[in-house]
Amino acid sequence: MPNVISRDGSIRQDNWTVIPRPAEGESLDIPADQPALIPADLWLAGYDHFSGRQDIGVWFDSHDEPEILDGHVNELPVIAVNFPKFSDGRGYSIGRLLRERFGYVNEMRAIGDVLLDQLQFMKRCGFDAYVLRADKDITKAEKCLNFFSQGYQAATDTDIPLFRRRAS
Amino acid sequence: MYVYDEHDRQMAAERVAQFRDQTERALAGELAEEEFLPLRLQNGLYVQRLAPMLRICVPYGMMRSNQLRRLARITRDYDKGYAHFTTRQNVQLNWPALEDVPDILAELAEVEMHANQTSGNCIRNTTTDQFSGVQFDEIADPRPYCEVIRQWSTFHPEFAFLPRKFKVAVNASEHTDRAAIQVHDIGLQMVRNDAGELGFRVHVGGGLGRTPMVGPVIRSFLPELDLLTYLEAVLRVYNRYGRRDNKFKARIKILVKALTPAGFAEKVEAEWQHIKDSPTKLTPEAINRIKTYFTEPDYMALENATDTLASQRFEHRGFDQWLTHNVDTHKKPGYAIVTLTMKKTGTPPGDVSDRQLEQIADLADEFSFGEVRVTHQQNVVLADVRQDRLFELWQAITPMDFGTANLNTLTDVICCPGGDYCALANAKSIPVAEAIQRQFDDLDYLYDLGNIDLNISGCMNACGHHHVGNIGVLGVDKKGEEFYQISLGGSSQHDASIGKILGPSFARDDMPSVVSKIIDVYVSKRTEEETFLDTYRRVGIEPFKERVYA
Repeated sequence: MPNVISRDGSIRQDNWTVIPRPAEGESLDIPADQPALIPADLWLAGYDHFSGRQDIGVWFDSHDEPEILDGHVNELPVIAVNFPKFSDGRGYSIGRLLRERFGYVNEMRAIGDVLLDQLQFMKRCGFDAYVLRADKDITKAEKCLNFFSQGYQAATDTDIPLFRRRAS
Repeated sequence: MYVYDEHDRQMAAERVAQFRDQTERALAGELAEEEFLPLRLQNGLYVQRLAPMLRICVPYGMMRSNQLRRLARITRDYDKGYAHFTTRQNVQLNWPALEDVPDILAELAEVEMHANQTSGNCIRNTTTDQFSGVQFDEIADPRPYCEVIRQWSTFHPEFAFLPRKFKVAVNASEHTDRAAIQVHDIGLQMVRNDAGELGFRVHVGGGLGRTPMVGPVIRSFLPELDLLTYLEAVLRVYNRYGRRDNKFKARIKILVKALTPAGFAEKVEAEWQHIKDSPTKLTPEAINRIKTYFTEPDYMALENATDTLASQRFEHRGFDQWLTHNVDTHKKPGYAIVTLTMKKTGTPPGDVSDRQLEQIADLADEFSFGEVRVTHQQNVVLADVRQDRLFELWQAITPMDFGTANLNTLTDVICCPGGDYCALANAKSIPVAEAIQRQFDDLDYLYDLGNIDLNISGCMNACGHHHVGNIGVLGVDKKGEEFYQISLGGSSQHDASIGKILGPSFARDDMPSVVSKIIDVYVSKRTEEETFLDTYRRVGIEPFKERVYA
C-alpha cells in the first residue's frame, strides 16, 4: 500500500493502485478488491461503465490533455497526474487547469518521479496528495512542503497575488 | 531603485535556508547528482572546468554601492578577488567552493541580492536598457515593469521545470534597442496605442544558440495591465507544448516556428481568454506602487555645462575623446550618462577585481546617487553625473582603467568567459578578444571606423551573442583543435538580424589579420556616412569573402 503525503505533510496509507495503460489490443486489468486509477481517456471511453463509481479514479500522463475531462472532473473521487521524470514540468500546468479551469474539488494526487524538492510546487499547483518515490525520505516531506511561508503569485493555493495583498 | 519590503526579505531568507538544506542533502548523498543539478542551477551554481561558478542576479542590471561593496568582500573572502560582469547584466564568481555557497547566499541576502533563477530551465533574470529612466526618447521607464516581472517569475510554481531556459527583455526607447529584445524568448517593446495608452508589442521566439532567430511579433499591442496574464498564457503554452525530447529543439523559438507565429499567437490568445481577468491581472495601484521605487533622484536645477566642457575638451584631448564616446545625453539639463568601460586590453572583457568593485561603489556614491547599472555589453553605467563634474570623474577613472574611450567601437568586445573557464566552451574566447584589441590599438583609427559590434562566443550556446555582432566570432572544435568561424551583418537593434557565416573557419593566430581584412573591405567600400553594418547591407558578403579567402 502506498504511503500518501497530504498537503500538511502528514502521512497516511491507502490502497489506490495505478493501472498502467494496456498495450494495443489488451484490455484494462482492474482488480476487484481495490480502488484503481485508470488512464483518463479510457475512463471516458468506458463512461457508462465507470461513471459514479467511487472506487475508480483516473490518471493523466504529462503529455495528456486535461481538457478531455471538462464537465466531468467532479464525478471522480481521485485524479492523479504522472510526473514521468521530476524535471518534466507539464504536470504543474495540468494541475492548475484541473483545479482553476475545470473546478475540480476532490483529491489530486502526484504520482511517478515525485521527489522532495518538487512538493512545494505541486502544492501551489493544486495537488493535495503526493506519492513520494520510494527511495526518498518521507519524514522530510513536511519540511520540504513548508520552506516558504508565502509566494509572489496567484496560483491554485491562493487567488491573491502579493501585489494585491500589498495594496490592501 | 527597488527596495525589499518585509515580504521580499522573508522569501529571500527562506530561499537561503532552503538551499542550505538542499546543499546539505546533496553533500550527504541523499540527492543524486542529476536531482541536485536543477536545484543548484536555479540557484546560479554551475560546476565548471576548474571550480563551481556562481552566477549572482542583478535584476535588470541595477545595483547600489553597498551591494558592490558586499560583492567585493565576497570575492575576497570566498573567491580569488575578482568577479565577472556577464552578457545578461549579472555577475559571476569563478571559484567558490560548493559548501560555501549557502553562506555566500546569506551574505547576499543581507544586501537584497540573490542568485535565484540565474540558470536552469526556468524564467531567468529580466533584462532591459541600461539607460532606462534617464534617456530622452523612452515611452516610459521600463524598470517598474521589469520589477513586476521579476516578482511574478520568482519561484513561479508552474514554470520551475520548463523545457528549457527562458529569457525576457524589455525595451522602452523608440529609436534604439540596447536590450536586444528581438533575440529573447520574449521581447517586450513598450509602445503607446492610438488612444495614447501604454502597452507592449510582444515578440516571442527570438534567440541565439544553435538555431538563431529574430523573434516575430505575436501581439502588436498588449495593454500594460494585461502584462502578467499574457506572459502566463505564453509560458503555459510553452510549458505544455514545447519539445522535451531533444534539448537542442526545446527553446520556445522551435515551438513558434513549428506552429508558425500566427498559429502560436492563436494558441496563446485562446489560453489568455481564460485568464485575462484573473486576479493575476495587474491593477493601476500595483503598478503605481512599484513606480514609487523608480522616481527621479534629487536632481538639482542645472544648466548644461556647455562652455566649461568645451574648454576642457580643448585642453585635454583624452577627455575630448572620452566625452565623445563614453558619455551620453541625459534627459535632465546639466546631467550626463557615463559608461565606465571594462574593456582594458589585457583584461578579460567584463572582469573586475575586488578593489575595482569598491572603486565603482565609491564613484557611484560620489558622482551618481549611489547607483550603477550593468550593461549586457559588460560595462558599467553611472547614469546621473553632473556635467560640471565630468572632468573630475574622468581624471578619477583614468588610473582605474575604466576610462578607455572605446565604447561601441571594434575593441568594445562582447565576450563570454570561453574555454579558459567554461566547461561548455569549444574554444577560448578571451585570447581572441585580446589579440584583436591589440591589433586595433589606435583610437583615432577606431573612431574613424565608427560603431562596430564585435561579439565573441566560445561555443554554440552564444553567451557572447556572436550571431548579432556586426562581426561575430564563434569558437568551434575541429578534431580537438580550436578554430573560429566568422559571421557578418548581425544586429541586435530594432533592425535585428542574424549574421551570415563568411566561410570556413580560421586558426586563432590568424584572427587579427582576418578581422583586419574585413575592416579593410569596409573602409574601401564605404560611403561617407555609412557604418560597417550599412556598408555590409549594401554590398553584401561577397567582397568580404573574396578578400579574406583570396
